[in-house]
Amino acid sequence: MTDTTYLNIKSTKLHTYDAIVVGSGISGGWAAKELTEKGLKVLLIERGQRHDHIKDYKTASQDPWEFGHGGMTTQTQKSDYPVIHRGWAAQEAVMDAWVNEKDCPYSEIKPFTWWRSYRMGGRSVIWGRQSYRLSDLDFEANVKEGIAVDWPIRYKDLAPWYDVVEKFIGVSGTKQGLPHLPDGQFQPGMDLNIVEKEIAKKIGTHYKNSRHLFIGRVANLTSDLPGRSKCQYRNRCWEGCPYGGYFSTQSSTLPAALATGNLHIVTGAIAKQILYDKDNKKATGVEILDTEDNKTYEFKSKIIFVCASALNSTWLMMNSATDVWPEGLGSSSGELGHNVMDHHYNLGASGKMDGFEEFYTYGRRPNGFYIPRFVNLNGDKRSYLRGFGYQGSASREEWQRDVAELGIGVDLKNMLTTPGQWQIGSTGFGEILPHHDNKIMLDKRLYDKDGNITTDTNSGKPKTDKWGLPILAMDAELRENELNMRKDIVEEMKQMFENAGVKDVNIWDAGHNMGHGIHEMGTARMGLDPKTSVLNGWNQVWDAPNVFVTDGACMTSSASQNPSLTYMALTARAADYAVSELKKQNL
Amino acid sequence: MDRRTIIKQISILTGAAFVGGQIFIQSGCKTDGQTTKALLTNDQIALLDEIGETILPQTDSPGAKSTNIGAFMHKMVTDCYSTEEQRIFIEGLENIKQRFETKYSTSFISANADQKTAFLNNVNTEAIAFRKAKKYEDPEHYFVMMKQLTILGYFTSEIGATKALNYIAVPGKYDGSYPYKKGDKAWASS
Repeated sequence: MTDTTYLNIKSTKLHTYDAIVVGSGISGGWAAKELTEKGLKVLLIERGQRHDHIKDYKTASQDPWEFGHGGMTTQTQKSDYPVIHRGWAAQEAVMDAWVNEKDCPYSEIKPFTWWRSYRMGGRSVIWGRQSYRLSDLDFEANVKEGIAVDWPIRYKDLAPWYDVVEKFIGVSGTKQGLPHLPDGQFQPGMDLNIVEKEIAKKIGTHYKNSRHLFIGRVANLTSDLPGRSKCQYRNRCWEGCPYGGYFSTQSSTLPAALATGNLHIVTGAIAKQILYDKDNKKATGVEILDTEDNKTYEFKSKIIFVCASALNSTWLMMNSATDVWPEGLGSSSGELGHNVMDHHYNLGASGKMDGFEEFYTYGRRPNGFYIPRFVNLNGDKRSYLRGFGYQGSASREEWQRDVAELGIGVDLKNMLTTPGQWQIGSTGFGEILPHHDNKIMLDKRLYDKDGNITTDTNSGKPKTDKWGLPILAMDAELRENELNMRKDIVEEMKQMFENAGVKDVNIWDAGHNMGHGIHEMGTARMGLDPKTSVLNGWNQVWDAPNVFVTDGACMTSSASQNPSLTYMALTARAADYAVSELKKQNL
Repeated sequence: MDRRTIIKQISILTGAAFVGGQIFIQSGCKTDGQTTKALLTNDQIALLDEIGETILPQTDSPGAKSTNIGAFMHKMVTDCYSTEEQRIFIEGLENIKQRFETKYSTSFISANADQKTAFLNNVNTEAIAFRKAKKYEDPEHYFVMMKQLTILGYFTSEIGATKALNYIAVPGKYDGSYPYKKGDKAWASS
């Protein structure tokens, strides 16, 4: 990396690039890599601070006793990060990863859990790494069922790009030959443990091979790649991996982009608006806000890739070209901000497995099993549309087991220092239908000084973030289809476990706020018609064809598979198209 | 640790949510601010060392006192507990001290291990009964707090992780059918 890679905004002279990429996460990193490798001079804009590979993973090699609070968070952190404390992400090792919620508020017209990481690499550093392809079952669902709008692409359009992405990032997994969960370019899959293998076998037998349990397809290496070592089975991925054992922007796409010499990066810079030339009907660049001194700067480019994470990409468009479209760039269809999706989860089943006491596990596998969708498939028909998958694992009880009801002393200590019974648990991930009324918007309501909504235009002011920028208001919820599916998710898992010999099966459903799945999708969907969609089949904004939106915002439906792999494939495909169109002088 | 870990934590979730942890509880959190004055006295911390040692005593590996469990509990209660949880914890600690002295006419610290164990077993029985009667959202019994903190502090300490358990920082591989002999130690982290 050269010293000039990271720009000092205040003293920089170079303000013109071939391409600007907004956001350095999973999608933005891919856009930067593809565009620089194809010869473009690229500026990558990141609102958070620099977070260098290995050097800045400050807890990654600490032992448990170096943490101070045994992994728990403090009252101060609870106060600063109330949304993060709604779930499992509030853990001592990763609190620095999350955005300060006081600086960056949002409004919840309906409960919405938004987990944000504003720093170099974004959520690519802390993602769950499960990597599955969508199939035509997913791409054709909307049009076949008359839901929302049709996807403008099919599996064959994306398949070659899934190949490119999987080979480059390294996805370990096993081929299953399932048409609705296409196989890919896999490194050797990790192992199921002995209990998971037994349950996989029994589920296969009981359901006559119509249901499948296999090792998760995960962006952790089982073979070395250039500059990256294979997974060391520490299961501390989200602190950053000193071995580069899993895909993140830092471990994978950023080094490739830097190697071209074509990349400049600016951090601490919020993309405030896309600059739009209404005469030529094209974007001309991006106005950024320096988070240190609140000053704004303009950068010009021929094309722009918006990869700020689904809801922030839409926020950026809502703040752009408002002199032409009051609701922002891309709003002419009336769909910008609408059709928010996620995967609903926070429910599942768990139980105990007798026997296997002569077996344990060695190593901490950062992966579990996957059970792909089996409902509304191959003749199966349910009372709701679409489906769900499951993720889980089996393990022996260790010292973290519930001790509230146990005694104290030598017996307790002996119990906690030896492995207990095998247990298994599984969590469902369900598809959420795109619904026009599930939406986000700029919060233009007026608030008085106590934070209450008011109609008094003299004293009331809109809520803003630390830098005086407008904030998002979320108005989305699970609807009938999802709620019906949830009953089935827990019941089917219970039955599968019981049919596989699991004992004392408990079901649980802790409810699901939108966003809690950390798979925000939609709000700038792709489509075939500019009247009903924001983006075309190449992820171009219909109203500004030199602007490409390739993160989760573009999704036309959610499928039930973890979505990040699809964003990467869509980004690589769009970048290839953008460069060829640039060469033809069509952009 | 990531979202799969919630499977591992199910037993904790369905049993006693970790006090101060707020896991899965979607209520707002009050700010209690940092106290400048130490919450516990040195005598109270010394008493917590003895309580911790009684919960997880020395066996073929050192007990909780060897890890300065009292200081760990003090830090956790100060930094991670709400004001209400702090009050319950401190009152509970004083309760143990007073009741023990009334019953045995000696201080907890200077009593023998059998007396300590017998007494805290009774407190533990009270805590279990208390939990059965309480509503889910009600605060935990102070002895559940002490037990949780002792276990967390001990097994994440260097002594607990490396002497009472088996700790390997970099396993390097995964074996899902690793042979196990009864009595072999469990892993410190997984």
